[in-house]
Amino acid sequence: MSGAERGPVLVWVDVVGTEPTRGALQAIDAARRLAAAAGTHVHGVAAGEDAQVAARYLPTVHRIDALPDGHDARVRAWHASLDGTGATMFVVAGTRTALAVAPRVAVRAGGAYLEEAVTLTVEDGQVVAERLTQLQRVTERLVAEATSAVVTVKVGAFAEAEPAEELGSVEVLDVVADERDRRVTVRPHEGGSGAAVALEEADVVVAGGRGLGSAEAFDTLVIPLAERLGGAVGATRAVVDAEWRPYGEQIGQTGKTVAPTVYLALGISGAVQHMSGMNRSRWIVAINADADAPIFQQCDVGVINDVHAVVPELMKALEER
Amino acid sequence: MKIVTVIRRVPDAEARVRVEGDDVVLTGAAWVLDGMDEYGVEEALRLRESGIDAEIVALAVGPDATEEALRTALAMGADRARLLTTDAAPDPLTTARMLAAAIQEEEADLVLVGGKQADWDSAALGPALAETLGWPVADWTTSLAVDGDTLQCVHDADVGNEALAMPLPAVVTTQQGLNDPRYPTLPNIMKAKRKELRAEPAPDASASVRTVSRTVEQRERRRTLIEGDPREGAHAIVSLLREAGA
Repeated sequence: MSGAERGPVLVWVDVVGTEPTRGALQAIDAARRLAAAAGTHVHGVAAGEDAQVAARYLPTVHRIDALPDGHDARVRAWHASLDGTGATMFVVAGTRTALAVAPRVAVRAGGAYLEEAVTLTVEDGQVVAERLTQLQRVTERLVAEATSAVVTVKVGAFAEAEPAEELGSVEVLDVVADERDRRVTVRPHEGGSGAAVALEEADVVVAGGRGLGSAEAFDTLVIPLAERLGGAVGATRAVVDAEWRPYGEQIGQTGKTVAPTVYLALGISGAVQHMSGMNRSRWIVAINADADAPIFQQCDVGVINDVHAVVPELMKALEER
Repeated sequence: MKIVTVIRRVPDAEARVRVEGDDVVLTGAAWVLDGMDEYGVEEALRLRESGIDAEIVALAVGPDATEEALRTALAMGADRARLLTTDAAPDPLTTARMLAAAIQEEEADLVLVGGKQADWDSAALGPALAETLGWPVADWTTSLAVDGDTLQCVHDADVGNEALAMPLPAVVTTQQGLNDPRYPTLPNIMKAKRKELRAEPAPDASASVRTVSRTVEQRERRRTLIEGDPREGAHAIVSLLREAGA
């Protein structure tokens, strides 16, 4: 298919405060690359006032108003944006919500779903993506063999887009929710983690493992270091299983996937399951007393020493700089 | 009620991954029931043990050898198992279509699916299955209860968590934290051998995504290792942080 037949590449833009989320900026970058390869342009899609923010990055933004809460309405809205604009490619950051909504949009559109893409291009008119499988150890190259393609973009795999030179235009896209979109009721639940920085959005992640020795070591070492670096706190499965930290902080196969600029692993051995949640980090720093810990095979700086001795020295050195 | 727990057979996490030509070779890998699916089997058993009259069916798409993973589900306590056999290694959306027909035939009220498949590294199966069936879905569920025709659950959202309520039938994707799966006991493993396990060919379904190649890539890291004086280690970390602009 030619670029004209494919229509624009759509990108969903989530906004926090007055800026797109980092994930959204990465999705815009991915969408721009895809559009360049397809010979077409990028349109934004955003909810309500978020459209004004998205218009700083994109020439045209489709604004969707009055969405009910929950995934069903998002499926409706994202599918409607493909239908209503003649687009055949939809790109969104791979947040938890998007990973649950996007495959449904692909099913509803009868299209292909490319999940957590780390590269995106077009070959012979078909969208081609690379993604990681087998606990993030294998790179698979996939071709979307359908008229439309829905793509989630892996956190940290693309650069953050810069604003456009000119402010884009905002057009309202009418989406009518029906009964089916209200069948799930959603309300906030008590006991969510009140993290200062969302784990997936953090530039620095300080994570702790069993090698810390106790839950208290998180309070005395991990959290102060994270605060000092303006980062988020993470944990391994062993630590969460021991109930030292909440599930929301777990990184790895059964937890969250992060790709910060710097990942500091304190007392973490580096099991495959944990590495699969952080091995896309730009820099990995490990502190562990066990010289045989597998993490030392896959880190940039490794300090073979007791975390209780190294972290206080690190805090001191940070004060001095 | 009828509960279907979707089962997948995946290589054990410790298996060494190698690529030959365009395919993944898992020489000597142990194949296991995906840990994420164990939470689904366990939750179905707990719903029944809480007093709900339920038949529990373990359902899988895969090669003949998937029977082993289904036997594990039976040994945990599922009542019977069905295997839709194929050697085609279908992607999540295609697998969802294959499963949907069997689930409709079973007239299931609740379907439990692992939140993320260890081989695909994918969270798409549960949502794609719900959409194919036209049912609501609760993803990343950490607790659930059935109240008449309504499913109540708590799930992880992007930030914090939310309580969801939805009408049955519904699809739930499971994760760590939902429960602590039981180990099959020896008597139950013996009993599982006599339980019904019906294999039939998976329905034809054409895939919309084709895998063209697979590669194993290990990112090159600096591996600057420092032993001895903790101050030296601290300074090496600070210079990296400075270089990273963090």
